[in-house]
Parts: sequence; C-alpha cells; structure tokens
Amino acid sequence: MSPRREPAMVDPVEFTSYYGRPILKEPAWKQPDVPLYLFLGGAAGSSATMASLATLTGRPGLARVGRLVAAAGASASVVALVHDLGRPARFLHMLRVLKPTSPLSVGSWILAPFSGLAAVSAGSAETGLLRPVGKLAGAAAGVLGPAMCTYTAVLLADTATPSWHEARRHLPVLFAGSAVTSGAGAALLAAPSAELGPVVRAGLAGAVAELAVAQHLEHGLGIVSEPYRTGRAGKLMKAARGLTAAGAALSLAARRSKVAAVASGAAYLAAGLCTRFGVYQAGVASAQDPKYVVVPQRERLAQARGD
Amino acid sequence: MAEYGEQPRMGFFTDTSVCIGCKACEVACKEWNEVPGGGLDLLGTSYDNTGDLGANAWRHVAFVEQPVPPAPPAVELGMPTVGAPTQDGDAEEPGVRWLMSSDVCKHCTHAGCLDVCPTGALFRTEFGTVVVQQDICNGCGYCVPACPYGVIERRESDGRAFKCTLCYDRLGAGLEPACAKACPTDSIQFGVLDELRERADERVRDLRGSGVPEARLYGRDPDDGVGGDGAFFLLLDEPEVYGFPPDPVVPTQHLPQMWKRAGAAALGVAGTLVVSFLGRRR
Repeated sequence: MSPRREPAMVDPVEFTSYYGRPILKEPAWKQPDVPLYLFLGGAAGSSATMASLATLTGRPGLARVGRLVAAAGASASVVALVHDLGRPARFLHMLRVLKPTSPLSVGSWILAPFSGLAAVSAGSAETGLLRPVGKLAGAAAGVLGPAMCTYTAVLLADTATPSWHEARRHLPVLFAGSAVTSGAGAALLAAPSAELGPVVRAGLAGAVAELAVAQHLEHGLGIVSEPYRTGRAGKLMKAARGLTAAGAALSLAARRSKVAAVASGAAYLAAGLCTRFGVYQAGVASAQDPKYVVVPQRERLAQARGD
Repeated sequence: MAEYGEQPRMGFFTDTSVCIGCKACEVACKEWNEVPGGGLDLLGTSYDNTGDLGANAWRHVAFVEQPVPPAPPAVELGMPTVGAPTQDGDAEEPGVRWLMSSDVCKHCTHAGCLDVCPTGALFRTEFGTVVVQQDICNGCGYCVPACPYGVIERRESDGRAFKCTLCYDRLGAGLEPACAKACPTDSIQFGVLDELRERADERVRDLRGSGVPEARLYGRDPDDGVGGDGAFFLLLDEPEVYGFPPDPVVPTQHLPQMWKRAGAAALGVAGTLVVSFLGRRR
C-alpha cells in the first residue's frame, strides 16, 4: 500500500458521556486464546480444502502438508477455545443445542466435526490404517474447510462492539483472504516446490482480497474505522498489510528458490497472526471508548429524524 | 399461580425524576441475590462508587452533577417585604442540579445476550424476563460483547456470566423484586409492563405540563432497536449523560445478512482454491 500520510483528522468530535466511562463491556475473551483461535481455525480450514484438491490433482506432498496443518490447527483451536471458557469442564455444553442465532453455537457445530475429520484424515494417512475412512474424512473436512475460514467473522460481527459490528460486511472477506494466505503460507514453508503452483496462485488471490478489504476497514467505516488505524491495533494492521504484500511478492519466486518459498510462507503466516490480533484489538479499543458508541448512534438518530 | 400463557410480561419502570440516590436498591439487590462485594473502590468522580453494571453490580445508581441556567425571576407581586433588599445579579448565579438514576438490566424484547448464548443457559422466563441458568452457563463469554447496553459480565472469580434476574425467585413466590421493594420513593416501580407503560406516559405528560420539558422515556418504545425494554426509564437529559447508549440495536438484527455474507465468502474461498488447482500441472 502507498506510504501516503493522511491529512490531519477531522475536528475532534463532540459527545457527552457518563464521566468518560465505557458504555459497553469489552469482549470477555482471553488474549491470546481467541485471536489465536481465529488464526488457527482459518489456516486449518483452507489447508483441509487444499489437501482435498491436492489429493484429487495428484500432488501427494502438498496433500500431506495440508492434512497435517488442518489436523494440528483444528486441534489447537479446540484447545484454545476450551481454555478460554470460564468453566472449561463444561465445554460439552457447547453441543447441548444448535442455535442459528448464535454464531458460537453454529461455529461449535462446524469446529467439532471438522477437527475430528481432519484428525482422522491425517492419522489414517500417516499410519496407513483405515485408508478408505481416512480418505472420506479428508474429503468431508475439505468441504467444511471454507466454512471454518469465514464463520469466525460472524462470531465477531454479531456483537455490539462498534468496530466489529459496523465491519460486518467486510470481516468475512478479510477473514477469507487471511485464511487462504495463512494456509498457503504453511504450504509454502513445508510442501515440495514442484507442487507449489496452485498454492502461489491461491495465496495471491487471498492477498489481493485481504489488502483491498483492509483498506476499506481502515478508512471506509467513519469514526469506527479509527481503532483500525490507531494504537496497537493500527500497528498490527499495518504490519499485516506489509507482510501480506511481502509474502505475495516473494511467493512469485517460490517455485525456483526454497529460500523465497520459506520467506514467503513465514511472511504470510505472520501476516495472518497480525490481522487476527489487529482486528481483535480494534474491537476491544472501540468498546473502551464511549465515543464509538455515542457518535455513530447520534448520527443514526439524526439521519432518521432528517429523512 | 397463573397457568402457562396467562402470565403477563413483567418489568420495571424507573422514574429517575424522584430518585434520591440512596442506593437502597443496590444494597437490597446484593443482599437478596448474594452478589459479592467489590471491596472499597472510590472512583473520585461523584457519590457513585459502583461505576457501572456488571457481574457484581445488578443495580447501579448514577450521579450526574450539572450546571443549570439560573431560575427565571419570580413574578413581582408588589407585596410588602422584610429584610434587606435583594441585589440585582443574585438571580443570575448559575445553579447546579443533580441527576440520579438507578440503572439495571433492560430485559430486552430482542435480547442480544440470549440470542448469542451457545449453550441455551440464557433463557426467557414466563414473566418475559431474561435469566442465566447458572447450572448450564459454561462461561464462554459471548453474551458480554453482545449486550448493546454493556450489562452482563463474566465474574472472574467464578468464570460464569451474571446479571439481574429481575428476582426470578421472588417473582415465582408472588413477591416484587428486592430493589423495587426497598426503593423509598417509588422511583423503581415493578409491575405488568403494559400498565407501567401507561403510567409512565401519564407521568411524562404531568412533568412536561408542570415545567419539566426535558422529561422523556427511554426504552419504552416497542419499535426501537431492541424491540423495547422490559425495564425502561424516565430521564431528565439525553441517555448518554447517564451512561446509556442513545440508540441501542440488538446485534442479531443484522445476523441473516452476516450469515449470507459469510456464506458467500466461504464459496469465494472454495472457488478460489478450485480455480487455483485447475490448469497447469505445476
């Protein structure tokens, strides 16, 4: 992205609050558990789909990496989620009901089968046991993979947290792009260079989507874009953009140079981490300042009155 | 007890114009519901040392000190007076007014916390209130950012989410909630929601007619972003002055659109990957 500096912001906004105290509670989830889970779930989802496609198109090395990343990523994200619970012993309560109004309930019903299928697929392929079952599990995980990549965007957007809720149209695309580049990053690190063609192409597409949407998040949402540009979240989002662009550029040389492939993979993975932690932090910052609640809601009221 | 289906929706009407800031509601709530204390924590801004609603504060009395324009001079009746003549300018001194308001869970018609709860721990009772079943809650914390009022919170010492139950146990026994029972000025009124709304409309009319034009109801309108509150308020200033959001919207209002968007993005991922694997065998 261009290094062009923004001109000074608009005049400081006027608003009233109760002694400057936050109106909303900030998300109760732990860091790094939940941002890490967003990252791992996305990488696992796209890797499972890549593994299926690599199997179908006769790329065994890439398929193996995809299966292992999917299994490891999904298992680790289950651990992160359970660790985040206030009552971890009650994690099975997540599967007590299936509620379409709760993205976390729907997500649990995606994550639970996905992690099981990914583990069976990788376990079977590595040990040679139950081959037909393993293949079927791998194919099913590949079908669930794209859902793993994007449902977490709804998880964040379906809250009153201003910078997440107002970004509800953009987060799914950002998370989809970021999941594809993260999956591509893992494959670039570990898969044989001869099989990297599709990975490079997918990574480039993911990077373009991610960069375009990040730009909109940081500038297109009015006052609730501010948390994406400032403070710790701003630094993380900026780093994510730089790393994504670097990963995409380096990936062009990945099939000729192992060094370029590893550097590109590492950059993509680091970008994925920065994106997820950056988006998470922007949401927290927007809940901490009553400005991001009062100002947009006042504007909405004024608009409703005017029309 | 009424049969199922006959029980009308119950709620609170908190008339802040008669709140005296005694905090009896906060104390009665803590006593009855065994809500833990938070230790002595002086906030240094006002008489309010509770700060906000949370896992350990299910009622919260806000104190707002405001400068107000001087009262208009009394009409001169030409009556004989005693004492020193008043000096011009005395009446010009700006005054101060105190706004006090006892905040509580709104028990929304469309409750974000209830919608997003993945375990079904949060449920709607036969009284139309929203309550956490503590034996089900696994402390996932999703309800916390889903509340557009910032009410519900995870109790760190326990791990589960807590908030006002509108004294579900007392209602079941035919009693009124502890806070309403303890309120000495009837600022907190408990009753059938429809009746409370009528009473509130009348009260606003009276106040406006008697020289309090700034009186307004907050959370009474069934067409607002949360479908109206089961606990609503009469305020004497803008909602944000008391720490309320001016136009809260339940986040799940936009959920169908979000699922569609995420579904489209997931198809985009699948399509991108399939296309990437087509073509050249390299």
